[in-house]
Amino acid sequence: MNWQATIPLILILVVMFAIGILASRRVQSSKSFLDEYFLGERSLGGFVLAMTMTATYGSASSFIGGPGTAYTEGLGWVLLAMSQVVTGYFVLMILGKKFAIVTRKYKAVTMVDFLKARYDSKWVVLLAAASIIIFLFSAMAAQWIGGARLIESLTGMNYTSALFIFALSVLVYVTIGGFRAVALTDAVQGSIMFVGTLVLLIATIVAGGGVQEIMNDLSAENPNLITPFGAEGTLSPAYVSSFWILVGVGVVALPQITVRAMSYKSSKSMHRAIIIGTILVGFIMLNMHLIGVFARPILPGIEVGDRVMPLIALEVLPAWVAGVVLAAPMAAIMSTVDSLLLLVSSTVVKDVFLNYVKPEASHKQVMRLSIGVTAILGIIVFLLALDPPDLIIWLNLFAFGGLEAAFIWPVVMGLYWQKGNKYGALASMITGVGLYILSDSFFPQPFGLHSVVLPVVLSFVAYVLASLATQKKQQIAQN
Amino acid sequence: MKHERPEKVDYRYRIANREALIGVGLAVFNFIWWFAFAYGLGSKDPEEYTYVLGFPAWFFYSCIAGTVLMAVLVTIVVKKFFVEVPFDDEGEEK
Repeated sequence: MNWQATIPLILILVVMFAIGILASRRVQSSKSFLDEYFLGERSLGGFVLAMTMTATYGSASSFIGGPGTAYTEGLGWVLLAMSQVVTGYFVLMILGKKFAIVTRKYKAVTMVDFLKARYDSKWVVLLAAASIIIFLFSAMAAQWIGGARLIESLTGMNYTSALFIFALSVLVYVTIGGFRAVALTDAVQGSIMFVGTLVLLIATIVAGGGVQEIMNDLSAENPNLITPFGAEGTLSPAYVSSFWILVGVGVVALPQITVRAMSYKSSKSMHRAIIIGTILVGFIMLNMHLIGVFARPILPGIEVGDRVMPLIALEVLPAWVAGVVLAAPMAAIMSTVDSLLLLVSSTVVKDVFLNYVKPEASHKQVMRLSIGVTAILGIIVFLLALDPPDLIIWLNLFAFGGLEAAFIWPVVMGLYWQKGNKYGALASMITGVGLYILSDSFFPQPFGLHSVVLPVVLSFVAYVLASLATQKKQQIAQN
Repeated sequence: MKHERPEKVDYRYRIANREALIGVGLAVFNFIWWFAFAYGLGSKDPEEYTYVLGFPAWFFYSCIAGTVLMAVLVTIVVKKFFVEVPFDDEGEEK
């Protein structure tokens, strides 16, 4: 056991617990349990909002898988990762004030609430809830595996006990503290990521003898590493550009992100969050992936991509600093997992149970149920993650793509196009998810694009056509 | 839940629509900058690359300068063109 690196990690876990306990007081004293537990009473300020957005998004895919792949592919993968910078401003600008105003008007607490109020259709709600539960479950499992792997390589514990510690700590603060605890811990975790990646990048550059030297070493090993095309020359411009949809603009449709776009206090906090978020995402993504590339000449021959980050940190930094820095990816994973967990739980409790099973449930019942469901979900994911598949990044991306294909048009068009109706939303969701799953299984890269691109385009067509075709029907139904 | 009053467009929606369009514009610009520098300068033989601060020029302009530029642009746009509006309808209890 590597104690010097383990102690900082433990300290961070203690801080997270403390935040969870503090936030749970607010939950206990709150007048509206649902609003507080799942949305923090819409009171987030600009800084916390930017942090929680970035931290939720900067998940295991960027922090463990991402640098690992950058290690293998070279600068081409950093280029790909930079397509995420757009999320920093795009999400809040597009959903923007309209979403904030409309969700307040509807008294929506989740994205599904919004869809329910906008389209007034049981099927839209059930389909939306099902997609969230299925896809976010796989995302969550991927993230837990990442978290456990990290603890495993850092402390030398075995995978099962590492997973257990990880699961337990997340479960405690999410279950008792709700959204406010999640957002506050995200702010702490975001700050750790920001500082941690910077320290590690500088130490890596120093260890490699400067940027110039590292580039020389890379191009001596394989000149492709410093081109935009990847180590084998396989990253085509069309494929890399597709990621602008998958991890860039498409993020606007991820339920864990949209829920944050209804949680802020005022337009002033939104403005601040756009500026801070853009800087933060750009800075963290660039640093994190560069670390992966720069690690290659220093530590050649790492086979498992997921281990690049922990190994390079232990190599170039004193052990206790490595512990602090490695809390960064750990923080990233925890902050993604906690928000996913809360989101799936809100889908089960709020969108399914309260809508269709027992609308008249009392305040106390809802409270017990929310906390109970959150805990049970966590335990199920834990069991799934015990026997994990290998490449976390793809599992994770599959879930993101599915959710984007399902929700991007029902949300965006629902906000900005009055003629959009429930038939359009249903057609778009079915087309998007159906095609994505088919395409991902049978034609992984149609026309050299990532498999998410065509479903997103075609589900737009489906939304517009179905909405227009049913204008009359909709009007009759309304009158 | 009350039904929305038909045909009366909230003034805040016009602001929101404009700001959403600005977001799209920024993203398009961001993409063009990123793509043009990466594949414009990066497509030649690596032996002919020029370097800025140790990085290949395509990478420096596309990823590093591009990110800094976007951060500056976003800051300017938000400060100059974004309008503060109240979110709660008047008369609604807090």
